[in-house]
Amino acid sequence: MIPEIGHFALALALSLAVIQSVLPILGASRGNVRWMQSARSSAIGQVFFVGVAFAALMRSFVVSDFTVRNVAENSHSMKPLLFKIAGTWGSHEGSLLLWVLILTVFGAGVAVLGSNIPAATKARTLSVQAWISVGFLSFLLFTSNPFDRVFPPPADGSDLNPLLQDVGLAMHPPLLYFGYVGFSIVFSFAVAGLIEGRIDAAWARWVRPWTLAAWMSLTAGIALGSWWAYYELGWGGWWFWDPVENVSFMPWLLGTALLHSAIVTEKRDAFKSWTILLAILTFSLSLLGTFIVRSGLLTSVHAFAVDPERGIYILGLLALSIGGSLALYAWRAPVMEGGGLFRPISREAGLLVNNLILAAATGTVLFGTLYPLLLEALTGDKISVGPPFFNAAFVPMMLVLGLFMGAGPFLSWKRADLAGVLQRIRFVAGLAVLVTLAVWYLISGGPFLAYVSILIAVWLLLATLREWALRIKFMEAPLSETLRRARNLPRASHGMTLAHVGLAVAMIGMIGSSAWKSEEIVFVTPGTDVTIAGFDVTFTGAERLRGPNYIADRGRLEVRRDGEPVTTLYPERRSYPVAPSTTTESAIRSTLAGDLYASISEPASEEAASGEAWTLRILYEPLVNFIWLGALMLVAGGALSLSDRRLRVGVPRRTRPQSDLRLPAE
Amino acid sequence: MKRLFAVVPLAVAVVLGGFFLWGLNPERDPSEIPSVLISQPAPEFDLPSVPGVDVPGLGRADLTDNPGPVVVNVFASWCVPCKAEHAVLTRFVERHGLRLFGINYKDEPEDAATWLSDLGNPYERIGSDLSGRAGIEWGISGVPETFIVGRDGTVLYRYVGPIVGEKAVAKFTTALTQAGALERELGS
Repeated sequence: MIPEIGHFALALALSLAVIQSVLPILGASRGNVRWMQSARSSAIGQVFFVGVAFAALMRSFVVSDFTVRNVAENSHSMKPLLFKIAGTWGSHEGSLLLWVLILTVFGAGVAVLGSNIPAATKARTLSVQAWISVGFLSFLLFTSNPFDRVFPPPADGSDLNPLLQDVGLAMHPPLLYFGYVGFSIVFSFAVAGLIEGRIDAAWARWVRPWTLAAWMSLTAGIALGSWWAYYELGWGGWWFWDPVENVSFMPWLLGTALLHSAIVTEKRDAFKSWTILLAILTFSLSLLGTFIVRSGLLTSVHAFAVDPERGIYILGLLALSIGGSLALYAWRAPVMEGGGLFRPISREAGLLVNNLILAAATGTVLFGTLYPLLLEALTGDKISVGPPFFNAAFVPMMLVLGLFMGAGPFLSWKRADLAGVLQRIRFVAGLAVLVTLAVWYLISGGPFLAYVSILIAVWLLLATLREWALRIKFMEAPLSETLRRARNLPRASHGMTLAHVGLAVAMIGMIGSSAWKSEEIVFVTPGTDVTIAGFDVTFTGAERLRGPNYIADRGRLEVRRDGEPVTTLYPERRSYPVAPSTTTESAIRSTLAGDLYASISEPASEEAASGEAWTLRILYEPLVNFIWLGALMLVAGGALSLSDRRLRVGVPRRTRPQSDLRLPAE
Repeated sequence: MKRLFAVVPLAVAVVLGGFFLWGLNPERDPSEIPSVLISQPAPEFDLPSVPGVDVPGLGRADLTDNPGPVVVNVFASWCVPCKAEHAVLTRFVERHGLRLFGINYKDEPEDAATWLSDLGNPYERIGSDLSGRAGIEWGISGVPETFIVGRDGTVLYRYVGPIVGEKAVAKFTTALTQAGALERELGS
């Protein structure tokens, strides 16, 4: 009965979405206030009914209702409760339901919180959002109904892929979806703006909190995903340039560009058609990601079960939404007036460089991701594009970006004083060089590029802190004056500092763990010693353990350094008899200086049967935790910026929007 | 001019859309790597032995006139997965009487010799492919790669990547069994 309620709720949500996709936008063009206002209740109704459907599906998972096909295929009665709940979004159907839920959450969010947005703009935006709802709700109902029953019901389920039974991964899809579905509302604002033909500073201001919220979630989602890959897959890396990773990364790159270009639109009324294009393309790339993951277009380590019928349906949705919005763009964008003029050395020019590099980087990732498909279509050759291409093409661009990023915040709007800026950054630039030389002296023997990268990361870190210190007159004025300035500085400005520092910190982690990683793969029997990065590791044996729905072989590693015991590591190899499959549970000794990472796999040879010999993989990844620390700072910076008074949603528009003209780029 | 620029994104999207439509063809399996060699005679090649390893070299002539199918494995001491795969291949040789030939791909002979003396040498013959020329003839896309060659020198099967892990071993075992390359069946 409950699953049928869920199914029915989805149908109701679809009918509301259909109404919302027509009525408010018609109301906006005819000046009918009642029709425009209907968007509010229909948006809330949609989120309510989709929420009911989602709760119904979750309940089926929690109580292990195996009459529902989706539950039978993706759950098991022995599974821990947390993973039963996470199983709700572990399959294609369930995750699509989550996708639609988040879509409607953002729609309702604007309907309820966007009281500072003019009625007509709001009505159009919500109608556009409802077009997306109609597309995906109908996709869900007609091709991927999560409430399909199965008869006769199986005695037990066939289990969720054990790799996905992990706390990090249970949280990863919701955050990721919140991020890239969140860009839908920005897309809707852009399309509504194009229809209205009015894009101005106020528009940029309405869009900003939503862009920031989506961007923060996407950042957190991507970081969590890479953390999961790092400790769960047992490969010891944190980014693999896999197509599925790339499709979540592209909206992030372009979303970051959008965040920055929208600042120019907001402050200087410039870059308007570019900002609109970014808003459309960011969400288009999110849709592209949804399409690639669910259509089997490219090979990837983690894709959903493939069904060509679904692929065609999503491609149709893509053609309508992306093709439609870009056609609208081609038609309407040229008439938009450019805003304020600026000199080649100015904040605007700096942000322009930021945008060009981020857009070029996105293009590079897109090209690398799709190249195998393009080549196969044109010549029939099958190739794969791997990390060497991305590292060679992408990393240099990011380094140039880091270089500009350090200097950008020093520039003033319209026209910056180059000599003055150079004067102020001379000291930190010199300091960055000194730090790099010191690193080179202490740990010689790394690739040249690693030292260049360190130089740039340190430069970015120091320059960002220096700019912040200048603003609050740190060490230049009495402490009370500094504190007063720090309090008065807009939160968005603190947010920018924190996020830029976060990126520098993450860069340091990425450089350390890629350039100075050490790795040993050995066959071990009890008593074998391995030495790595100054640690002496002794394998003292393996034992068999029983978990709730798996059997584990757990190795025991005594770790010593200079004769002193450091820790004991217990890497595991789990077999899930129901799924059936095996996973590697690596053991990690984590410190800020670096991770000692151990995993065991396949018993190595003949002695395997007696459980004596194992393949042991030990890695030392220096500074790797800085990556996630940096990501955390990026998210915190975004949150700080989001809490800025001028963005607080629901606050009526202030009468003098120009009063805080000195605001920095965040 | 401005109008022209505004159309560019749409044009790019339409072109990409065309490719996507083509890519959705249900007949297409992106993960399948075709081999031009399957059902073809093994390529011409003649490799000397690895100095310091006491098994003879390998050439095309060694792949014909065998009593049963043989396996040619492309490996290198610098290849990390090869080390894991080595244990699996050794098990096949020791337990099931598999006849295993090796192509030591772009590897320093000293390194290869040390590697084999550390891990043991399950190979009947090893050709030293220092230049990588034979690798090109065989059309390999990476190391390790493994071929099953019929008794008349015809390539029957190609496996790309390390044969490590239950699924890979099961897949390879099936292929071996079908080719009749196992002297003793599994489980016996």
